[in-house]
Amino acid sequence: MGTKPFCDACGKVQPPSPDIDYFAAFGLPRKLNIDLSALERSFYRLSRKLHPDVYAQATQQEQQWSLEQTSLLNDAYRTLKNSIARTEYLLKLEGVVLEAGKSEDGAAKESRVPADLLEEVFELNMQLEEMRMTRKMGEDDPQLRKDLEKAHIDFESQLAASDSNLQDLWTLWGTALDNEDTARKSETKDQMVALLDRRRYIRNLVRDVNEALEA
Amino acid sequence: MSETNAARIVGIDLGTTNSLVAFMQGDHPVVIPGEDGVNLVPSVVAIPEPKKIVVGNPAAKHLAATPDRVIYSAKRLMGRGVEDIQDELKLFPFHLASDIQPGEVLRIQLGEQQYTPPEISAYVLRQLKKNAERYFGSPVTKAVITVPAYFNDAQRQATKDAGRMAGLDVLRLVNEPTAAALAYGLDRNKEGIVAVYDLGGGTFDISILKLHEGIFEVIATNGDTHLGGDDIDNLLIAIALDDIHGELKLDLRANPEAIQAIRKAVIEAKIVLSTSETTRIAVDLPGGQPYRREITREQFEQIIKPVIDRTINPCKQALKDAGVTPEQIDEVVLVGGSTRIPFVRSLTDQIFHLAPRNKKPHIELNPDEVVALGAAVQANILEGGSKATEDMLLLDVTPLSLGIEALGGVVAKIIQRNSTIPASATEHFTTGVDGQLNVAIHVVQGERELAKDCRSLARFDLKGIPPMSAGLPRIEVKFLIDANGILHVSAREQRSGKEAEIEVKPTYGLTDEQVETMILDSFDNAEADFQQRQLIEARNEAETILTAIEKAKSNPAWRELTDEERSQIALLSAELGVLKEGDDAKALRDGTEALDKSTRRMAELMMETAVSSAIGGQTMQSAGEKLGDGPTAPHPFAPAEIK
Repeated sequence: MGTKPFCDACGKVQPPSPDIDYFAAFGLPRKLNIDLSALERSFYRLSRKLHPDVYAQATQQEQQWSLEQTSLLNDAYRTLKNSIARTEYLLKLEGVVLEAGKSEDGAAKESRVPADLLEEVFELNMQLEEMRMTRKMGEDDPQLRKDLEKAHIDFESQLAASDSNLQDLWTLWGTALDNEDTARKSETKDQMVALLDRRRYIRNLVRDVNEALEA
Repeated sequence: MSETNAARIVGIDLGTTNSLVAFMQGDHPVVIPGEDGVNLVPSVVAIPEPKKIVVGNPAAKHLAATPDRVIYSAKRLMGRGVEDIQDELKLFPFHLASDIQPGEVLRIQLGEQQYTPPEISAYVLRQLKKNAERYFGSPVTKAVITVPAYFNDAQRQATKDAGRMAGLDVLRLVNEPTAAALAYGLDRNKEGIVAVYDLGGGTFDISILKLHEGIFEVIATNGDTHLGGDDIDNLLIAIALDDIHGELKLDLRANPEAIQAIRKAVIEAKIVLSTSETTRIAVDLPGGQPYRREITREQFEQIIKPVIDRTINPCKQALKDAGVTPEQIDEVVLVGGSTRIPFVRSLTDQIFHLAPRNKKPHIELNPDEVVALGAAVQANILEGGSKATEDMLLLDVTPLSLGIEALGGVVAKIIQRNSTIPASATEHFTTGVDGQLNVAIHVVQGERELAKDCRSLARFDLKGIPPMSAGLPRIEVKFLIDANGILHVSAREQRSGKEAEIEVKPTYGLTDEQVETMILDSFDNAEADFQQRQLIEARNEAETILTAIEKAKSNPAWRELTDEERSQIALLSAELGVLKEGDDAKALRDGTEALDKSTRRMAELMMETAVSSAIGGQTMQSAGEKLGDGPTAPHPFAPAEIK
């Protein structure tokens, strides 16, 4: 079965192929450096052709196919336009099993602390606990607040650093893919998994600090 | 035939307070007035005497004398349960049936009978349909209906059900703020980011859209389906009742007639205060005692501030979800009658930092009509578009996250809020016990962490799982939110490849069967629209004979016909197929009869060869029923007697 959403001969909408992936839905290779404005243009162009509004008066079969094609297109666009969701999705395609609740939106927290962050995290948890205690007493500790704000800035910059590291890995991945370098691919894949874990951990820390400061 | 009125799709704004119907006339949407020449049809239904149903202004007239036979603001009850509406019940004059269980569809006691909110809305829709049919001089069967963007699945489904009960094929539910954006976007070729602030009679929506070359892409939406002008009225009524209690020593809280009189007076005062600095609430109470109270705009604003301020957080959340700052909003559009209040306008100015940027919100289009106009634009797009709409495409989002209840009552989100629709998610389930045949899935909508704090949509029971060891079955369940924002669920057991059977228990919805029954009920109760009914019946008859002929083609009798007979049947079938799509009941009946005649010999042949002994002396129709899936009589309604 082809991966095209339309019949070449009649131009009519077709059912989505069961094994089409989000990259293929946009006719893209499985690479992570994506031109977002080109992606948006493709999304609009395909939406104009596939959307159920265009098939409102068509046969029921075509309406159903348009619905399936458009939901695939929307799911694909939503995933690919977000850098983290895109990376996670590629890893999933490459056979990496991301644990439930570990994705970007999951509420569950990662328990493993990245080794180089141990000390910082330990101190931060002390401060957060202290903050909670002071709050409970109905007091405010300006020095503690200052420390937490500093920690906040620190972790935010670590987050930014991990984003730029991730982009480097995307490029490595693309090159390995072009060269069909299986060893490099697998190595980069592992690095991306580790980086995403770390990023997720830092993100949760940032969230905790935010909550403590805003509460 | 695409240009005839018959194929016309109308746009309907089914509002809390007022409803309207509009259509696209050339390049411009226009509202269709009622018989009285008025565009707005109050969403009020009265049953002044058994079996007599009145809608709109004539129904509102009954409010003062027999408030227990009138219902208004039924939209607030759509898709809701008895536990949701305790607060407003105190202020509504109508009564719920006394035996409603939590989680059941509401039923309102109106005179001698009980009605569900979709039935009430269906009466309003029928009135609008009638107005449009009177205007066009031909039947109207297809519509786009608007709903608050923040409506959940149950509320959307209830609206669709109402359309069906009113004899309308609802081609699309469009979100009200998005519809407004479409109406505004028609005249100028706009680009950029637009916020639509929609405060109506009963609901508040905020939507943020990105406009680009005719694409209207909603990037975030938020709101409150229980916030609007009604709340302002209720506050003023409560104050008046307090006043009267204190000053005149009259407790009118249990007096629906008096409350209606006060409601009318405070609404008038509210409207005057949008243009004047001061006014007077004046009511003559039962017993002839007058109640008078001066009210200044300043006092009014103090009273309503807590209500209006409730729109701030949804706006902030929508901005955050859209990833934009107030400064990045290029245009603000105000929709809904409550945005006429100066205090509301100044609040939107603050939220979106308009004045410092020398910007003013858009109020050019009548805020009461703009949603209906937008619905007409969307209807036109679905019709295939015109010159004015050919490049327009609406990409909307789902307002609430969809989740499933996981272990411990925690919600696992599977489709995030503000996802562009249609959207889907696939989840895998398995069994926990050896030989388990069913798996239950509880689907909820909302942002909270625990299922009990979210809106329960439905419980799905996956049945017919082949007996296997625990954990072995792999049931793939696909959740799909369609372009109307309504959820569809399908399931498959992957090891056996078997399509799993799903039993759905909608939490606040009606089942298909219930809707069907209500369609019939409404035909019985309302004055029947004979022409329309005949058309539907004629269509059904045509459908029946066409299906029967398709089936009969596999019968040996088909081959015994001459080439000429067969091609005659084919020709007449094709003609009838075309007529079936049209709206001419008479032509349809004639076509059916002609086709019926042409198949008579085939019917005789079929009867002779197969089943003559079994059905001797019966009419073709009952024969057709008895035959079941076997060879079917080609004209089951023809009164031919078999020898």
